[in-house]
Amino acid sequence: MEGGAQRFDKVRAWLDARIGLKDLEKIAKKKEIPIHRHTIWYYLGGMTLFLFMVQVSTGILLLLYYRPSAEEAFESVQFLMGEVQFGWLIRSVHAWAANLMIFTLFVHLFSVLLLKAYRPPREVTWFSGMALLGLAMGFGFTGYLLPWNELSYFATKVGTEITSAAPLMGPFLGRLLRGGNDVTGATLTRFYGIHVAILPATATALVGLHLYLVQRHGMSVPPGVERSGGGGRRMPFVPNFMLRDLVGWLAALAILAALAAFFPAELGKKADPFLPAPAGIRPEWYFMFMFQSLKYLPAHILGIEGEIVGIVGFGLGGVFLLLIPFLDRRTARGESSRLFTWIGIAIIAYMLLFTYLGYTASATK
Amino acid sequence: MAEHLLEPDSTRRGFVNWFLGLSGVAFLLSAVYPLSRYLVPPQVAESTAGTVTLPIKPEDVKANSGQIFKFGSRPAILVRTPAGELRAFTAICTHLNCTVQYRTDLTQIWCACHNGHYDLNGKNVEGPPPRPLDAYVVNVRGNQIVVSKSA
Repeated sequence: MEGGAQRFDKVRAWLDARIGLKDLEKIAKKKEIPIHRHTIWYYLGGMTLFLFMVQVSTGILLLLYYRPSAEEAFESVQFLMGEVQFGWLIRSVHAWAANLMIFTLFVHLFSVLLLKAYRPPREVTWFSGMALLGLAMGFGFTGYLLPWNELSYFATKVGTEITSAAPLMGPFLGRLLRGGNDVTGATLTRFYGIHVAILPATATALVGLHLYLVQRHGMSVPPGVERSGGGGRRMPFVPNFMLRDLVGWLAALAILAALAAFFPAELGKKADPFLPAPAGIRPEWYFMFMFQSLKYLPAHILGIEGEIVGIVGFGLGGVFLLLIPFLDRRTARGESSRLFTWIGIAIIAYMLLFTYLGYTASATK
Repeated sequence: MAEHLLEPDSTRRGFVNWFLGLSGVAFLLSAVYPLSRYLVPPQVAESTAGTVTLPIKPEDVKANSGQIFKFGSRPAILVRTPAGELRAFTAICTHLNCTVQYRTDLTQIWCACHNGHYDLNGKNVEGPPPRPLDAYVVNVRGNQIVVSKSA
């Protein structure tokens, strides 16, 4: 009788002859992770990827009950939360994992920014990462509307109007996004299509590119570590780093389960276009710093409408962040670049401060 | 690509490449054009209602109060000032499109989204709104409130 191990070897040999398992093994064995005082930040990207996979799986499950129309969307989510066994769990995990994913994505972004991992030859990795940030925010914005409740309705009105208020192409893009002149059921179906088809397909392709580039260039050793002669020690990716990654993922899953169980996602009241916007309305926390900034802008700045100044300002801020690999010439030359460290810290401080104000400043006065 | 044709030593290869490129562009355009038109939503006729009779009796509207009503497909707000006068405005905030509400404590029209304030003439007085709210004409005909667009 053949032993289990022998049979396994046979299957492996069969597969190797057909799909080249050994080549994959070779690649996996070659991958190494530098060990230094900033190694911990290497886990954030993988964590974000894990949460993205959670989103895809729970999202597919939600599709089985969700109905994308103004008449049925709210009721279908209500049914899912109230009647479907563990429906609340799936939706809550989806909602929490979305938030955690954006959070880990931001931490990943800022660790890459402060550790200058965007320097050559990793500019395209940075661009694909920034594009993924844009997609993640798009996921958040379109997904927020899908339950068709009061908060999401007005958040979408504001969000799409911000697009419309942008100069030049703004009004056209606003109409394109809303599927009409106002936020209606047409907007809901459009957002649904974007959320469950267009964005996932694009994001999967971009994640593939991002991972390929990370694979190609290896992990970036921070310039500070390089200059001080560190970063020489390495650990193999398989299995050492992978198992550590796995521990992180399990921890994330535990946090996710706890959050979903103790703070299930709320549904609120069904959207009614003929009710005033409720007091205390606010967007998701990751839009909060922009939302709060718009509140502080006066009606007119130098004769231009305040909101347009704000929108153009944020647009330029985004372009600046995107182009940092080209702007930070000192880091590209291998010199230390205090200025861009401080710019990074200033961006983080600004976002933290305005997010804080968004949750504490009185909404009515 | 066109210079291949103009060059005296233009080869068949050059012509074929040029022709292939042109067909490629034509193919792309013939796909992109209908696709881009498909994505742009068709114009739906706006509700042209110029006059609305509200399902509210004038005596039911208390002084220093406001309520939302439908003006065509858009929300509008009916306000009775503390002095007793009825006024109506569009309820769509001129800042970013939220629906405004009446604040009895401030005797102002207020937008919850970005804390915009309008006085009882619809004028933007505080916060980010850049323009006043459009005013409608309110007429009381017997037991009915009739709101119409100003001429």
